[in-house]
Amino acid sequence: MLDGPIKILVPTGSLGAGASEAEVRYGIAQGAHAIATDAGSTDSGAAYLALGMSKNNRGSVKRDLTLLMREAAAARIPLIVGSSGQAGGDRNVDWTRDIVVEVAAELGIRPRIALIYCEMEKATLKTFNADGKVQPLPPLGALEDATIDACDHIVAVMGAEPYIAALAAGADIILGGRTTDTAVLASYALWKGAPAGPAWHAAKVAECGGQCAVNRLEGAGVLISIGENGFEVEPLALSNRCSPDSVSAHMLYENSNPFLLTEPGGILDVTDAVYRQVSDRSVNVTGSIWRPQPYTVKLEGAGSRRFQTIMLIGIQDPLVLDKVDVFHDRMLAALYDRVHKTIGAAAGDFHISLRMYGWNAVSGERPPPGTPAPREIGVLFVATADSQEMASQIAKACNPYFFHFPIALDEELPSYGFAFTPADIDRGPVYEFLLNHVVELEDPMALARTKWIDLSEGGKA
Amino acid sequence: MPSVKDVCRHVRSKNAGPFWVTFDLFFDGPENFQAYHDHPALGPDLFQRLFGADPALVRHYPVPSLHMVKISHARTSPQGGVVERDMHCGQQFVRLLDVELG
Repeated sequence: MLDGPIKILVPTGSLGAGASEAEVRYGIAQGAHAIATDAGSTDSGAAYLALGMSKNNRGSVKRDLTLLMREAAAARIPLIVGSSGQAGGDRNVDWTRDIVVEVAAELGIRPRIALIYCEMEKATLKTFNADGKVQPLPPLGALEDATIDACDHIVAVMGAEPYIAALAAGADIILGGRTTDTAVLASYALWKGAPAGPAWHAAKVAECGGQCAVNRLEGAGVLISIGENGFEVEPLALSNRCSPDSVSAHMLYENSNPFLLTEPGGILDVTDAVYRQVSDRSVNVTGSIWRPQPYTVKLEGAGSRRFQTIMLIGIQDPLVLDKVDVFHDRMLAALYDRVHKTIGAAAGDFHISLRMYGWNAVSGERPPPGTPAPREIGVLFVATADSQEMASQIAKACNPYFFHFPIALDEELPSYGFAFTPADIDRGPVYEFLLNHVVELEDPMALARTKWIDLSEGGKA
Repeated sequence: MPSVKDVCRHVRSKNAGPFWVTFDLFFDGPENFQAYHDHPALGPDLFQRLFGADPALVRHYPVPSLHMVKISHARTSPQGGVVERDMHCGQQFVRLLDVELG
């Protein structure tokens, strides 16, 4: 039995997004037992895992960490960060570690820091695969070793267990690698013996901070209080409030199924959850169910197999704008022809696309007949090839056609608006997620590696 | 004949991981929800026609308490690939707005 509700302060939807000092102090004054936040997601694409790079700038992450580390230390409560450095790869964790160590020195505090890594060696994954422990999730099929080899970095998305172990071992600050957002926020309450259904559901509601409140633009964080029979959630900004609709609607967000959420070791089922307004600003939720399942962790793997070079022009010529689709088709055919004639077979399996911004670039779909001509369009040229050098050569071959392609054959060659010299920009590799698979684990800790930096003893790891 | 935008107060789209996209159609009241949330014009064929989705990988989840239906489908090309035009799929909902619910 709990002595009382376990209160978790979730200061922001993502570390570096901008936690608020007033909100954090309010949450601590309400008796928060821990501060927990995730620091990343796959949403912004595979580059951050492949490159070990943060999406947020260092300054904004350091600003949030300075605030959170100072307030957590003063209140003597743990600070739990998951999916460090956006992608939660080992280098993303280390990037965050360096900031935390720097901030600790600046604040004059001496926390015990647990670093929980979850990158996976290709050989390890191949062994799991050979043992039949890897299952695909739709739309992907069975995992091939060649796909594993194509990944630059692979993470096994952690559940709550490695965090619980670090808390039990006395961590003041946890910097975790890639973890489900919910596991990061649920870990402290689960460690303290809170029931799993409310703990996981509260964590899901709070994963984007204040987004589960009525006014999504007001305030950054929320406080979740998890008890024996359910949980309560309130925004940390006093001017904002949660409503049953705002809280229940959050289960919809970025989630393909609004009732079931698969986590390592179980499924959160909110089909029968009941949402009630219990004060002006708080909502109580009961009826959340945790259904234990065999322990699986999801894999994320990022790799790059192809390279791109881009060019951009702006067009205001009304003759072109009257026939954007015709212009697009003729130019694209001319560019392919140009590459075949000037580079030939050496160009390999290349791809060119022209995205007509101001017309149909986002969908690529033809606007219906009779759509009024735009006033101006931007045309983005994207060449993709097997090497950066070849993508660049293809762009250079296309350059004169792309910048001067006439809509009428009898007119003098036009020049479209371009802003840079050189006009072609090597964009680098095309980073893609190559895995959508789960690994079955007998031991939830099997793929997590915890290292300690114990500043309380003046030492380093 | 009403279209999606006539019977919904809010329509949105978002990536749900790198391999799926999800659409949320919030109907304007319980009557519109009842009348249209499982309309055949919003079936798997629509997502095949508009987005090239595999009809077998289109999922419908009505949420009566919120008068909304969530429709998710597997992306034809994973997030961030060679032909990516909308990394977060945040603009994909626009193509649903004029779908007619006859």
